[in-house]
Amino acid sequence: MVKHVDAIIVGAGWAGSIMAKELTEAGLSVVMLERGSERTTPVEGAYPESIDELRGAIRKRLFQNLSQSTVTIRNTIDQTALPYRQLAAFLPGEGVGGAGLHWSGVHFRVAPEDLRLRSAVIERYGEKFIPEGMNLQDYGVSYEELEPFFDKAEKVFGTSGEAYRVQGKIVGNGNVFSSDRSDNFPLPAMKDTFSASVFRDAAKNAGYHPYSLPAANASRQYTNTYGCQMGPCNFCGYCSGYDCYLYSKASPNVNILPVLRQEPRFSLIPNAHVLRVDLDSTKTKATGITYLDTKTRKEHSLSADLIILGAFQFNNVHLMLVSGIGKPYDPVSNTGTVGRNFVYQTITSSRVWLPPSTYTNQFVGAGGAGVAIDDFNSMNFDHGPLGFVGGSPVWVNQAGVKPIAAALGAGGGGTPRWGSAYKDSLVNTYKHSLGIDAHGSNMAYRDVYLDLDPTWKDAYGQPLLRMTFTWKDNDIRMNQYVVSKIEPIARAMGATKMNLVHLNAGQPFDTRTYQTTHLGGGAIMGDNPQTSALNRYLQSWDVSNVFVIGSNAFPQGMGYNPTGMVAALAYWAAHHIRTTYLKSPGPLVKA
Amino acid sequence: MEPTLNAPRRRSVVKGLLGTTSFWLASGNARWSEALADEAAQPYRPIFFDIAEYQFLEAACERLFPADHNGPGAKTLGVAEFLDRQMQTPYARGENWYMSGPFEQGPANLGYQLPFVPKDLYRKGIAGVERYARQQYGKGFAALSALQQDEILTALEGGSVQLGDIPGRVFFEQLRTNTLEGAFADPLYGGNRGLGGWIMLGFPGARADFMDWVNQEGASYPIGPVSISGETA
Repeated sequence: MVKHVDAIIVGAGWAGSIMAKELTEAGLSVVMLERGSERTTPVEGAYPESIDELRGAIRKRLFQNLSQSTVTIRNTIDQTALPYRQLAAFLPGEGVGGAGLHWSGVHFRVAPEDLRLRSAVIERYGEKFIPEGMNLQDYGVSYEELEPFFDKAEKVFGTSGEAYRVQGKIVGNGNVFSSDRSDNFPLPAMKDTFSASVFRDAAKNAGYHPYSLPAANASRQYTNTYGCQMGPCNFCGYCSGYDCYLYSKASPNVNILPVLRQEPRFSLIPNAHVLRVDLDSTKTKATGITYLDTKTRKEHSLSADLIILGAFQFNNVHLMLVSGIGKPYDPVSNTGTVGRNFVYQTITSSRVWLPPSTYTNQFVGAGGAGVAIDDFNSMNFDHGPLGFVGGSPVWVNQAGVKPIAAALGAGGGGTPRWGSAYKDSLVNTYKHSLGIDAHGSNMAYRDVYLDLDPTWKDAYGQPLLRMTFTWKDNDIRMNQYVVSKIEPIARAMGATKMNLVHLNAGQPFDTRTYQTTHLGGGAIMGDNPQTSALNRYLQSWDVSNVFVIGSNAFPQGMGYNPTGMVAALAYWAAHHIRTTYLKSPGPLVKA
Repeated sequence: MEPTLNAPRRRSVVKGLLGTTSFWLASGNARWSEALADEAAQPYRPIFFDIAEYQFLEAACERLFPADHNGPGAKTLGVAEFLDRQMQTPYARGENWYMSGPFEQGPANLGYQLPFVPKDLYRKGIAGVERYARQQYGKGFAALSALQQDEILTALEGGSVQLGDIPGRVFFEQLRTNTLEGAFADPLYGGNRGLGGWIMLGFPGARADFMDWVNQEGASYPIGPVSISGETA
């Protein structure tokens, strides 16, 4: 007999853990399935073993094991997609905590106009401004609607930051482009590293509006909404790719799971790879899920009234496609929704060298700390004469540069990559330089999408997900424009040399070098079932007892890091499940 | 015949300083037992690589990461030992790589598509470079001059040489990557001897607490590195 629970959650990252907390609070019995292993701070996260660069970021201890499942990638529809065999361009997490365990901790809200970007662009520049083939869409939810949930998430994550405006009053030197907040950040901003302080001064002198990055790294001791405790961050530099040994970086493992694990209605099953969501014969109702115990290689089924997909962005889309939830997207006819609007971000890192008497101590850092400007993000500047959609924050986010990563990345671009001259430049770069990133948006296009690969399969016999993705002219020009704004700032910083890095016209997406793990879209939210897989509550239009929570819901890749938005969307969806759906299960929006 | 590898002993510098005043001032009693243990340690005997392969690695890695005014080179840092030890890990067996066929070649930007895991790349790659060296210069790689070795490495990096099943550039990138790992990984893995790689960069290793050094207005961090096992320099 198949075991029945009220709700099944796929994936033990931020989305899954938030939903599990909310649904158990609502009195539901919840089983959360995680395909990776159990992970807790006192065991895997303990000092000093957890800060081993080779075992950590280099051998990829906390990341997805591609030998079991991966994706295939091609740039254009006429190519054969080939397997992503080695982790490089993006690094999905695996194990309890998911990518929420190895993230950096940059914890943004959203630029309000990014939520209604299609409408905002049309209002300001007219519909003709939108390039041919760009599937520019609105989220179907507003900043005002999401604000209480951003606030709620920040108080769970212990977010450090400086506000600009709270309840209509200007309260501090925060981001002048940010929207009104109902409350301040729970913790004061992280301190500026030396490199961030130099950037702050130079950006201010150049007439821009620098602000402290909102960081889910605790600037002080903190006890969150759930009673979970965080210790103050000491800028050890092991955030991105690591499991914070100090309990200072927010993660599901530190900020939610300690209380959830005490909850009798909750159970967590690690090493459980979900094969499919089981649907009834009408394909409009999910009956449960089937998973494989990866230790015993035995299949199990569970039945449930409510299914939450909270896996990594593309794994949610993969599960929808292999389960038959919704209509797969067809780029030729531009119809169907699952796989549509697959997006990424345009991220380029430039480098600035300071005089040899100045040490940037790049190993000092915190993943979420830094100083940014939003003068060229979202709709904060005039796109009219520029002729592109989107934008990019610019920042110094010194997250802690480790020696192997520095050595692998040094040289190139016409300078030696080995030998004595290489060593000269490596040592000089490590001691005296700093990075400035343009962390930009990426729009959605008709021929950029996700579907199932016809050839390659995962270790469980299921087809791999296929990505069709490349850089488009609109986003390349946006990136070039924003990077050009770095030069005067770098000069004002006292640069002795700089290497400004931007995308080049016609440059295809390259899977071999790390860019970002901020993948998005593929199962997007919206107000039209013809162009979105999910309604504004992240509920499947087609199978109403399935909610799909994650950056898969973003119609466009935004300039900000996605985790804060994912967390707010999770609390938003949970609120409507609790207040409306559970009383009368069914579609929350009429199709 | 028992091969002589000439692998430098771990922390041979420490050994040479035993009993000197500066050693005692710089280290303290805790180092004594460790230094004695090192005295007894035998030169590293490779397990995966044979002698000729190991000699190739010692020579090639030293050209990639030579001893110079910046600090020690690959040989002093124990990079070949690091590589041999790595060959006995899941990484060398490609256990985190997707290695299911079919293996089709495509544009370089779509990434690695060969059916070989790291230990295959080394076995085939080293044999291929040795063949190429004999063909070009009539001698094995390790016996060539530094200039000739650099010419071969430059040709591999530039993509003009095919090593049997393996493009020379693929082998070059594998070797460069693992050499740099060996120079800068925690000494736990056999490389970065004496924390020489970290000293060169001013990286403090496992200190991982910079509460007072978030912003010191561009001053150089004053404390030397420590390893995971507690070795200091």
